[in-house]
Amino acid sequence: MYKILTKEMLSPAICRMKVHAPRVASSAHPGQFLIVRANEHGERIPLTISDFDADEGTVTIVTQKIGASTKEICALEVGECLEDVVGPLGLPSDFVEKTDEELAGSRYIFIAGGVGTAPVYPQVKYLKSKGVYVDVIIGAKTSDLLIYKKEMSEVCDHLFICTDDGSEGFKGMVTGLLEKIVSEDGYEYTQAVAIGPMIMMKFVTQTAKKLGLPIIVSLNTLMVDGTGMCGACRVTVAGKTRFACVEGPEFNGYDVDFDEAMRRQGMYRNEETEADHKCKIR
Amino acid sequence: MANRIPRVPVREQDPKVRAANFDEVCYGYNEEEAVLEASRCLHCKNPRCVSACPVSVKIPEFIAATAAGDFEKAAAIIAEDSSLPAVCGRVCPQETQCEGSCILGVKGEPVAVGKLERFIADWNREKGAKTVLKAAPNGHKVAIVGSGPAGLACAYDLAKWGYEVTVFEALHKPGGVLEYGIPEFRLPKKRVVAAEIDDVKAMGVKIETNVVVGRTVTVDSLLDEEGFSAVFIGSGAGLPRFMNIPGENLNGVFSANEFLTRNNLMDAYRDDYLTPVMHAKKVVVVGGGNVAMDAARTALRLGGDVSIVYRRTEKELPARREEVHHAKEEGVNFLMLSNPVEIIGDDKGWVRKIKCIRMELGEPDESGRRSPVPVPDSEFEIEADSVIMALGTSPNPLIAKTTKGLDTNRRGCLVADDDGVTTRPGVFAGGDAVTGAATVILAMGAGRKAAAAIDRYIKEK
Repeated sequence: MYKILTKEMLSPAICRMKVHAPRVASSAHPGQFLIVRANEHGERIPLTISDFDADEGTVTIVTQKIGASTKEICALEVGECLEDVVGPLGLPSDFVEKTDEELAGSRYIFIAGGVGTAPVYPQVKYLKSKGVYVDVIIGAKTSDLLIYKKEMSEVCDHLFICTDDGSEGFKGMVTGLLEKIVSEDGYEYTQAVAIGPMIMMKFVTQTAKKLGLPIIVSLNTLMVDGTGMCGACRVTVAGKTRFACVEGPEFNGYDVDFDEAMRRQGMYRNEETEADHKCKIR
Repeated sequence: MANRIPRVPVREQDPKVRAANFDEVCYGYNEEEAVLEASRCLHCKNPRCVSACPVSVKIPEFIAATAAGDFEKAAAIIAEDSSLPAVCGRVCPQETQCEGSCILGVKGEPVAVGKLERFIADWNREKGAKTVLKAAPNGHKVAIVGSGPAGLACAYDLAKWGYEVTVFEALHKPGGVLEYGIPEFRLPKKRVVAAEIDDVKAMGVKIETNVVVGRTVTVDSLLDEEGFSAVFIGSGAGLPRFMNIPGENLNGVFSANEFLTRNNLMDAYRDDYLTPVMHAKKVVVVGGGNVAMDAARTALRLGGDVSIVYRRTEKELPARREEVHHAKEEGVNFLMLSNPVEIIGDDKGWVRKIKCIRMELGEPDESGRRSPVPVPDSEFEIEADSVIMALGTSPNPLIAKTTKGLDTNRRGCLVADDDGVTTRPGVFAGGDAVTGAATVILAMGAGRKAAAAIDRYIKEK
């Protein structure tokens, strides 16, 4: 059992929890994820690691209420326990393997969308600790759905905000803002990283390609075990089937078949809606 | 005299009824039936059944106790050699092992060793009788990776000899393939699997779930930082194979592993569990092993019209006869000498059809089986809204990749000798991780041999 030590709602649908999971905390790296089960009846839900502290033995997870199981996770309170927390899973981000010399001169731009902003944070924090130049774009539908603004501004060089309705920052999508800061404002980058909804990553990749910018994306595919056993997470990357759980979750954005990935992500959408009201009859 | 009593048939759920539920198919023997069946054993001087058993259960002895009505004694005899008798009584391929070598089988029907083992194990558990054979602690710690049959058998023997054993399991429930792979209707999870694992725990074995060795910890950290004197790797063969044919990533195509894990480990067939599973109407299962039968019979129970597609003939089906028989009784269709070449989807990316080609048997290959060759221009299509790939599995590369000095062969299996000794001192391995996908009982046999080798290694150190 994994005790919840702190909990706060970052927006009406997004909650952040610090959880006691010492084994995960001491082996986690930026870019990896974990799998959480709220209770005996719940699904195994892959969540990104938003922060970790080996000394404290804690990991921070950020969950958006989407289906029945994520609602159950968010309904738990401080002092209560998650039934299962397993990880860290997947490969760390590429830059974790790089030496300081290899990282020198790199200029990163992170493009974060919605709940995908949370896993960007440990990556930016890590790069900053290595003295790497990092800018971040955070996008959301409206101002009240923006998360991690304060945390991110403390660890990045420049923070750019955009909202679809213009209620805060640049009015428009992250793709528009990326294009503006590179083409009009003259910011220069050697590497982009996008984490957010699949559709956002698809279009950010197109923009990055147009700008001649290499881009890494983190794929939030369906998963059951998260250890390479089931193949639910398979994605086509550079024409080959790969398992996002063990060979990812991060891939070169140029190579990802996003349309297939989006279609596969929606495989259980009907059943999930049904599960929401506890009915599996078909 | 004994020969004149015919083999006592075992009662089963009606095929029509069971095709729509997940309750156990086989009811097993009652006391009378068990005693009668046990009385058929000839008690051979050189019992071939014992040497045919991968864990060498003293079969004639436990059967003699059963015939005498001393079920508790029978249970104690089995417990000396097997940690999972209720599991083995249900899923072992007895027809090629103990029963396959029974003298009675030469002219008639062999003694129903499997059903007797199952009866004794079930009786013992239901009576609440615990058979604990534990030695005083010897002060040495051994880590076991994977809580499937290999790991549990290894843990059981080591605990029996006084070792402090911790089993690390990647999933949230122990049991490995017993939990995620074999369906409830063949191997009840709470009543049998969890109960037998509790017996292993009663020996003092600690099981830590949610630890992925290679990610959460490593073999090196277990040896160097956590004070374990040796590590046994029984991580199984969990990586599913696909055919690499067009359309395999369409919605509705699953590995048997995914389909079975959703149902077995995650209880997706039950209304009170949240994990979803596709209730397909027309299902094609590709493959001919026990996993293919399990997937087909599960899909049938979820309401599907199910066909098994296999490239050889029924004679070559690698599945146990009993599983094929049960699948047929329940209404699974068998399409032999057919091999998929493409899966065809609709404009939304969901499976609609599977295109196969007819096969014929050619010359025998190196395994001695006649290899199937395609018949030119014989393609045909079958309607399907789901395709389940049951083509076998290979070991997960995670542990080999993250452990220094641990060699694998070209099939990705860990290199280990008959005693489970790997290329890395202090690290032992057995079961599917070494052999590739095989059976529960072979994995248990490998676990036991490795336990003995670990005992020698630690004592000599």
